[in-house]
Amino acid sequence: MTWEPRPVPEVNPETERYWQAAASGDLLVRECPDCGLVYHYPRSLCPDCFSENVEWRETTGRGEVYSYSTARTMSGWPEDDLPLVVAYVELDEGPRLMTNVDADPEDVAVGTRVEVQFVDTEDEDVSIPVFAPVED
Amino acid sequence: MAGREPAYIAGAFEHPTREAPNKSTMQLHAEVAKGALADAGLTKDDVNGLFTAGVPEYRSGLSPLVIADYLGMDASYVDTTDYGGSSYVAHVGHAVSAIRNGKCDVALVTLAGRPRSRGQATGSGAREVRTVQDSFERIYGATNITMYGMAARRHMHEYGTTSEQLAEIRVAASQHAQHNEHAMFQDPVTVADVVESRVVADPLHLLDCCVISDGGGALVLVSEDVREDIDREAVEVLGHGEAPSHHDAGRIDVTRTGAESSGERAFAEAGLGPEDIDYASIYDSFTITVLEAIEDLGFCEKGEGGEFVEGGTLQAPDGDLPFNTDGGGLCSNHPANRGGMTKVIEAVRQLRGEANPEVQVDADVALAHGTGGSIATRHGAATVVLGREGR
Repeated sequence: MTWEPRPVPEVNPETERYWQAAASGDLLVRECPDCGLVYHYPRSLCPDCFSENVEWRETTGRGEVYSYSTARTMSGWPEDDLPLVVAYVELDEGPRLMTNVDADPEDVAVGTRVEVQFVDTEDEDVSIPVFAPVED
Repeated sequence: MAGREPAYIAGAFEHPTREAPNKSTMQLHAEVAKGALADAGLTKDDVNGLFTAGVPEYRSGLSPLVIADYLGMDASYVDTTDYGGSSYVAHVGHAVSAIRNGKCDVALVTLAGRPRSRGQATGSGAREVRTVQDSFERIYGATNITMYGMAARRHMHEYGTTSEQLAEIRVAASQHAQHNEHAMFQDPVTVADVVESRVVADPLHLLDCCVISDGGGALVLVSEDVREDIDREAVEVLGHGEAPSHHDAGRIDVTRTGAESSGERAFAEAGLGPEDIDYASIYDSFTITVLEAIEDLGFCEKGEGGEFVEGGTLQAPDGDLPFNTDGGGLCSNHPANRGGMTKVIEAVRQLRGEANPEVQVDADVALAHGTGGSIATRHGAATVVLGREGR
């Protein structure tokens, strides 16, 4: 298990584009033209209507904190990365995705406006989207 | 399950140990199986249905093979549905279905594990990334406690629920645990003790979290014919419901659980409602798990759980909804990190009049509810409604 600098996700054919886009500074979601669902995490068929005619869509990378919890202790995680704010961010495009908010926990609340940033992993083709508070 | 052939829980056994450094997991499975069969007045050779899930040391899907092998047991029906901690509540319903369909007439449900002796730090440990979902969750350090912490935070935000209200749940469990000689934590705590305990993952404190214990439990379910042959008070399974609940493609509402569906299904099958429940065992991995389940099972309106648990509502014997009278997972036992089994066992004790005397409730109808997995991502919910014979 590799925790430094960040855990590396398991990249598979369904998710490769998502992680590569992140490495280029873009946050993607999936959209189903047949039923209109914008969804996360990416998968190759629409979980509402089972259409396989699904497309990638760039997001603005902005949203707000739906909920969060600050981990004060965590075995197996670098001490320097604690406390760690684990959050659900609701993207302006709709879906809620789990992430981290890179900020002092005191500066995070439900409803805080945030914007995506990307954190490198050991795999240069893969970056991880996290968020930071932003003035709107 | 009204109007259909009845099926019964005839045996229930909770392993008395909470720490088993010198035993194997399979040994614990065998000890609880033996205990539950003895409780029912049956033997190993009577068993023809085997229900189990998640022997942690083995590949989960192969659990029934290693258990049948170890116990030297023949089975005409096997179910290994694994919903995490809710599995054993689901198994009760599955066993009833199998019995009604003539697939077996004596069903054994077992759980055992040794997370405490194996040094597992449940709840606050970062986990290996193993699944597609992990790659979108665990890579962010989403531990069990942070995920339930997110549920608690959002519940507080939407409904004004407070840490003090969540603490009432631990207080009630601790009041009950003082009468349970086997409970890991037997000293009553106050609301202040809970909210002043160390924060593990905001807004959850150490005392909002359940214990980590070794041990296990087992149940024996029987058909009407077998029931007539044994000399032991049994408990009728009146209704069962279950529901997987998940991230919903990004539309997850962490303030709601699968209990909305599993409870409705169990009540419909029993032909009863929340107002008929005299005693409730509710899975208590964390205090927020209980609060959301209470609302979703219909004991109060959504969002009013915080007020509902104030003022001793959950405390036996006099509260309006006495719950977890063994001390629950919060204070007594959370064997193998899976609390569904002990939920059913304490409900059986209550209906048989075998709970600890200080917390014994005059109960005709009881409910046991399990939540397995995480309410902030995906979880199994399973509910059973149980009735005292001749009620």
